[in-house]
Amino acid sequence: MLEIKDLHAEVGGKEILKGINLTINPGEIHAIMGPNGAGKSTLSYVLSGRDGYEVTGGSVTYKGQDLLDMDPDERACSGIFLAFQYPVEIPGVASATFLKTALNAQRKFRGEEELDAMEFLKLVREKSKELDIKDDMLKRAVNVGFSGGEKKRNEVLQMSLLEPDLMLLDETDSGLDIDALKVAADGVNRLRSPERSALVITHYQRLLDYIVPDFVHVLADGKIVKSGDKSLALELEEKGYTDISAA
Amino acid sequence: MAVSQETIEQVNSVSEKYKYGFVSDIESETAPIGLSEDIVRFISAKKEEPEWLLEWRLKAYRYWLTMEEPDWAKVNYPKIDYQDIYYYSAPKVKDKPKSLDEVDPELLEVYSKLGIPLKEQEVLAGVEGAANVAVDAVFDSVSVATTFRERLEKEGVIFCPISEAVQTHPELVQKYLGSVVPYTDNFFGALNSAVFTDGSFVYIPKGVRCPMELSTYFRINAAQTGQFERTLIIADDESYVSYLEGCTAPMRDENQLHAAVVELVVLDNAEIKYSTVQNWYPGDENGVGGIYNFVTKRAACRGVNSKVSWTQVETGSAVTWKYPSCILQGDNSVGEFYSIAITNNLQQADTGTKMIHLGKNTSSTIISKGISAGKAQSTYRGLVRMGRKADGARNHTVCDSLLIGDKCGAHTVPYIENQNRSAKIEHEATTSKVSEEQLFYCQQRGLSEEESMALIVNGFCKEVLQKLPMEFAVEAQKLVGISLEGSVG
Repeated sequence: MLEIKDLHAEVGGKEILKGINLTINPGEIHAIMGPNGAGKSTLSYVLSGRDGYEVTGGSVTYKGQDLLDMDPDERACSGIFLAFQYPVEIPGVASATFLKTALNAQRKFRGEEELDAMEFLKLVREKSKELDIKDDMLKRAVNVGFSGGEKKRNEVLQMSLLEPDLMLLDETDSGLDIDALKVAADGVNRLRSPERSALVITHYQRLLDYIVPDFVHVLADGKIVKSGDKSLALELEEKGYTDISAA
Repeated sequence: MAVSQETIEQVNSVSEKYKYGFVSDIESETAPIGLSEDIVRFISAKKEEPEWLLEWRLKAYRYWLTMEEPDWAKVNYPKIDYQDIYYYSAPKVKDKPKSLDEVDPELLEVYSKLGIPLKEQEVLAGVEGAANVAVDAVFDSVSVATTFRERLEKEGVIFCPISEAVQTHPELVQKYLGSVVPYTDNFFGALNSAVFTDGSFVYIPKGVRCPMELSTYFRINAAQTGQFERTLIIADDESYVSYLEGCTAPMRDENQLHAAVVELVVLDNAEIKYSTVQNWYPGDENGVGGIYNFVTKRAACRGVNSKVSWTQVETGSAVTWKYPSCILQGDNSVGEFYSIAITNNLQQADTGTKMIHLGKNTSSTIISKGISAGKAQSTYRGLVRMGRKADGARNHTVCDSLLIGDKCGAHTVPYIENQNRSAKIEHEATTSKVSEEQLFYCQQRGLSEEESMALIVNGFCKEVLQKLPMEFAVEAQKLVGISLEGSVG
């Protein structure tokens, strides 16, 4: 699904990623943990193609294609979804409108029929019910005046509608209380399938109690310094990043 | 060739009448270039106007000669040579494209993006002989169009070209023409009064709610608008009408200067909703070509509880100078102004409104959304005046500006004059930028850069778009996106 080779990237002239190697196969869930400033969010932005995150070396292959050669919207339409750490407000655009526009843009890209208003409404109601999202939220402008929990739940709702192949979760747990965390994790777990993969970025082991990863990697100073299974996360929790990185 | 024959006869008769005849131009369908009293007389004679109207035109012309072109607006354009303009030309018969194959493909592409039906495209592009056909396309059949006309007549609604109204309802035209915008009002208004060639006339009788949006009907007629349009709408007591001027489809026009005047008269408990979609040619990305749009629009709310609502979506023209205004004379009268002005490339817009509160408990609402992209400059200029007798008057103004890129500008110039202690005036203004973060967020969900921009800007304009008649709101949304093409990246 995704193959990252010796990836170097810089932001504003400063090198942040210093040679990342990572392979994600279909159906696998990988967690990336690490201290602040290790390059976790940078990795998610480089993979999704954000402006200003410049790749200076290495390669990324996604479904056999050169990912770095694709525009951000092309990557999205090909099944890469980034759940933002800080979801962005778009005043005046109802969440439902936003979702419908996005879904139809992706369907069009894939050569599928666009959904009409009725079909879309049916689908979105079904999905929001699963995530305990009230219809009212769909009518409100995207993320405007949303609480931290609502914003994250909205990200998961978008994800479950768009049904991506590769989910990038950037600190989805930050700002969530335990109940909201469970709902969000349920949403992600519901999407788990043998074809769908995920890269879960988090500070804390807590999220991984609910979204159980197949692999855990420790990112420090722009490099993966240690990889293991889910027990590595527990070890990290216990010993802290300094010990592990040094080991 | 009926038209040209008629023109020749007209010109012949005029030539005999006046000593500075147009002998050399007998073959032509255009009056000689430039402006003079003779040209004013020529236009009036062409229209077979009554003496009072000719006199009024001449007074306007003489007054115009004493006026200076205004220079207070924040717009720059080369000096206009008023003697280098043709003030009358009959509808051109020659040079029309024979079919859509001969029409500028760029124009057709925009039509198709707007989702305009093929037959209608032909009319808008000026394809020869398309007009009658297109009425069919819009209304399914000619009989439907006729039904519309019959329905309006049954209700006593008068809706016709103003030149026709001069002949058929001279008493109404004489009573109201120039009563809201006198020819002494401003430079461009005076020019229009002297040389206007056509426009629309609407009269809604007492107690009548116009049975249809006049937009539906007007859409096709709008394709034939002239350079100096004059529109007069009168809503008699307890009546209502919704009128839409313009078209979402882009209009190419050889005439660079457009100076229209629109007058609305609203009597007791009556309401006029006037919507405009202005999409004249803005010039190319280097600012070459494009229309100068210098318009005077004003409504007189003369009756008690009368109401006027101006909604405008201004995306076209190289230079826009336009302030649809309300004179709130009747007690409890209401004035509203909802505006979206989009400027891209080198476009300039100086637009806003005037709310003049004279009556008691009058209220006004102003919502202005200005969007600037490229190297464009957009200015909101608005006046709220509370007269001495305007007890309990209220105004609420919201001016939001959105900038795209860092080479454009947005300016807000509010004027507030208050002579009444009980009046309440509120003014809010914001300026924001489309952020890279917002664009990326949308793109990450699968929207292209341009689709993302269109979505964000439409969100910004939402409150105003909602005020448009339903059928046009959808097209206007698409238009917002199209107007901003090339503004990103």
